[in-house]
Amino acid sequence: MTDPVLEVFELTKSFGAVAASDGLTFSVKRGEIHALIGPNGAGKTTAIGQLSGEIQPDSGRVRFDGQDVTHMPTYRRAQLGLQRSYQITSLFPEFTAEDNVAMAIQAQQGHSFQFWARAKRDASLRQPARLALGRVGLEDKANIKVTELAHGEQRQLELAMVLATGPTMLLLDEPMAGMGQSESLAMMEILRPLKGEVGILLVEHDMDVVFALADVVSVLVKGTVLMTGTPEQVRANAEVRKAYLGDED
Amino acid sequence: MALQFSRRTVVHAIGLAVMVTLPVVADAAGNPFLTTVASRVLIYAIAAVSLDIILGFGAMVSFGHGAFFGIGAYVVGILTHHAFNGSVVPFLPGEWMGTTSAILQWPLAILVSGFFALIIGALSLRTQGVYFIMITLAFAQMLYYLMISLPTYGGEDGLNLWERSHLAPFDLYDEQQFYYLTLALLLAFVALTRRIVNSRFGMVLKGCKQNEPRMKALGFATYRYKLTAFVIAGMGAGLAGALAANHTEFVGPGMMHWTRSGEIMVMVILGGMGTVVGPILGAATLLMMEEVLSQYTEHWMVILGPFLVVVVLFLRGGIYGWLVGQTPEQDREQGDD
Repeated sequence: MTDPVLEVFELTKSFGAVAASDGLTFSVKRGEIHALIGPNGAGKTTAIGQLSGEIQPDSGRVRFDGQDVTHMPTYRRAQLGLQRSYQITSLFPEFTAEDNVAMAIQAQQGHSFQFWARAKRDASLRQPARLALGRVGLEDKANIKVTELAHGEQRQLELAMVLATGPTMLLLDEPMAGMGQSESLAMMEILRPLKGEVGILLVEHDMDVVFALADVVSVLVKGTVLMTGTPEQVRANAEVRKAYLGDED
Repeated sequence: MALQFSRRTVVHAIGLAVMVTLPVVADAAGNPFLTTVASRVLIYAIAAVSLDIILGFGAMVSFGHGAFFGIGAYVVGILTHHAFNGSVVPFLPGEWMGTTSAILQWPLAILVSGFFALIIGALSLRTQGVYFIMITLAFAQMLYYLMISLPTYGGEDGLNLWERSHLAPFDLYDEQQFYYLTLALLLAFVALTRRIVNSRFGMVLKGCKQNEPRMKALGFATYRYKLTAFVIAGMGAGLAGALAANHTEFVGPGMMHWTRSGEIMVMVILGGMGTVVGPILGAATLLMMEEVLSQYTEHWMVILGPFLVVVVLFLRGGIYGWLVGQTPEQDREQGDD
């Protein structure tokens, strides 16, 4: 946990009259889990979209690993090691679990203009794919088609795909979305050991998860960072309680 | 699983046996004309397999595949035209009088089709969905009208091919030799396509079909892969066109007309999209139905139309999927396509 791996500076993005990002500024350190919380419509998903490159900001800058990536297309950022997962599961439904992970690995191994050798027998794709499936507890499901996996398993697969690429930083958009209690706990146990290995920007609604996992929490309100601090500081902050957490106790 | 696999092998074996023995059987039955009809089926099968690379495996609904078919045919037609007239081929440097050698004609047909596919694909692939369908259709129609407006090459009337290509030691005027040569090219093209769709490149293509935004997020420059597939498909259609020119000994703008593109697409859908072997069955079914039904009535499309609807509605994997008892999606689970 030394220098920042991701720096976001004064990001602005408006959709019509709605400012989804309004001078958004924060940074994430190497190997740190940085949670982004905030009420619905605070601009969390828009923020992730701009960091991954799927949404172009109106102004502001994004630096990743010492490089200005503000205008870099999504695939280039991904090649640099900035990977994202989606709030809504985004997989290849006709492929098996292993094919999905192999696809992610293939993306990292240079160009895929190879027309002859069979991809399904390529050990340099299949071995790391199995390994990544093992890390998220899906080793038994390698040959099961995505459409036949349970929702929680699909979310785990999604994580296996980004992990398989050996990323420097993950953008996780509600990895626990739609999960039951036990699935959610299992996912937490998958994410926890990643601390120190990859930087994670975590967008999550479940406060128990956030406070259990995050090193740093930023509270987003109306497209701008209200405060950044440790989970304890955020929990104690009166303004945050009023804006978001609900002042029930 | 073992049963399904053997069923697939049986279908392939029967298909291959029919194709190999057909000219011999046709001769024995005293109906050598059947070989000529079957050659036409094989030629269109090449075109249909090539379209399936982008349509079935890449979900690029190109409605202009006839353009590349026509370009391949015109390359052979134009080169033969100049060789026969002893005139110089325009729009090329030097004073080349064309050729009738297949060794030059056919690779050139493939290359020129590929070149046009590169240009048309580069522009069309910037759009998606209905726009992609429309723009590929528009490009094909542009080429259609271009050829109509070129009186040098027959304009609307097309161009008679005074001589079939020369390919020593074969005699392409011998219908059997022509058939077996076409069959060899089809089988080679199918084998190549099979390697391609199961390679790393093929996996990228299938990934783009299922979820292109995710492919981009993973780090794939999807446009380049789709364009490459588009060019490969165009080249395959060019080869089919070159063969078709020899087969009918005629080249005309009708080869590029959108109805031709539609026919090739119907073959793919009928036979089974996203399978390598399906389009061959599709080509055979469509052309044989056309051949047989048109003997009874000139309104044979009235029968063909409902038949198509039934196949599309009830056989999700096309005729091939029905024969081998699986849809292309299930096919994938077993490993290679």
